[in-house]
Amino acid sequence: MRGWGAALLLVALAVQADERRSGFLDMSPATQAMQRDDSLNPGMLWVLQGEQVWSRPAVAGGPSCAGCHGDAKQAMRGVAARYPAFDAARDRPIDLPQRIAACQQRVQPGAADAEAGLALQAYVAYQSRGLPIAPPDDARLQAPRERGQALWRQRLGQLDLACADCHDALAGRRLGGSPIPQGHPTGYPIYRLEWQNLGTLQRRLRACLTGVRAEPFAAEAPEWVELALYLAWRARGMPLEAPGVRP
Amino acid sequence: MARSLITLPERVVRGESFRVRTLLQHPMESGFRVGADGRLLPRDIVRRFRCLYNGELVIEAELSPAIAANPFIEFSVRAVDSGSLLFEWSGDNGFAQREQRPLIVA
Repeated sequence: MRGWGAALLLVALAVQADERRSGFLDMSPATQAMQRDDSLNPGMLWVLQGEQVWSRPAVAGGPSCAGCHGDAKQAMRGVAARYPAFDAARDRPIDLPQRIAACQQRVQPGAADAEAGLALQAYVAYQSRGLPIAPPDDARLQAPRERGQALWRQRLGQLDLACADCHDALAGRRLGGSPIPQGHPTGYPIYRLEWQNLGTLQRRLRACLTGVRAEPFAAEAPEWVELALYLAWRARGMPLEAPGVRP
Repeated sequence: MARSLITLPERVVRGESFRVRTLLQHPMESGFRVGADGRLLPRDIVRRFRCLYNGELVIEAELSPAIAANPFIEFSVRAVDSGSLLFEWSGDNGFAQREQRPLIVA
């Protein structure tokens, strides 16, 4: 009986896993081809730039990323898959862009710029392409993740909509002409055709908040990371596809 | 300096044609949009793209404001001799970008 129970549980888990879909699958074949082929994917421009930033000191005579971390292909493999993570120095969880910005500030003060940070993020995330999203098993992340989950279910804005109202309850259906994805953060940073630019998960969430006519959180507000924590946990095990392309 | 992503085969067979893909990082600001302050953003686009194969022009394109950011241009070239392909983009505000790629024809 125990064996049967375990088998049933496994089947149930498998079914549950199958129900999760990356937004990639809801895109047109042309946009899918654009993401799949590195010679078409505009996100690769930032990966290329990130590779240069990685190996070049930001200030003359100063250290480069490669100087401390070594070859990104080994050192950064799997890093993007486990962020957001708990930062002991700040006593709160931080996401990958914040981790990179903090490193830039500490080691290369004055040289940190957002453009280089975004390129580095693309380059670091690229090293985890294909790896499953693996949120760390850290008790300190439990409370912020639960706050993120509460935010996900919190109705917001003049339209009085929660994330869950669309991305859990109505995912797979359409809003206007566009498919409603399940909202898994598998491709970040993404090249969004509407933006004609590369953007972070925070930018995407900010666009969602203005979409329901809510006031977005402040730039460094903990809510962004809390939501990202919940989203990473919700998408745990799904493969990363950075840099993703989205319509 | 802008970044570009150029994809072409390293070796090609003489007489056969091969595909070349170019992706250039550029905002392609059309000149018709307004910024956050309500003022018109000045036009900043790539105007011209050229590719020279061993000094001979194989493609030239004139780009317009309706083309999206990070323009992607794909074309075919017939392999004649080993040598190199030179890619040149030029545009508003003195934008100029040159890239060279070697080609081996067997």
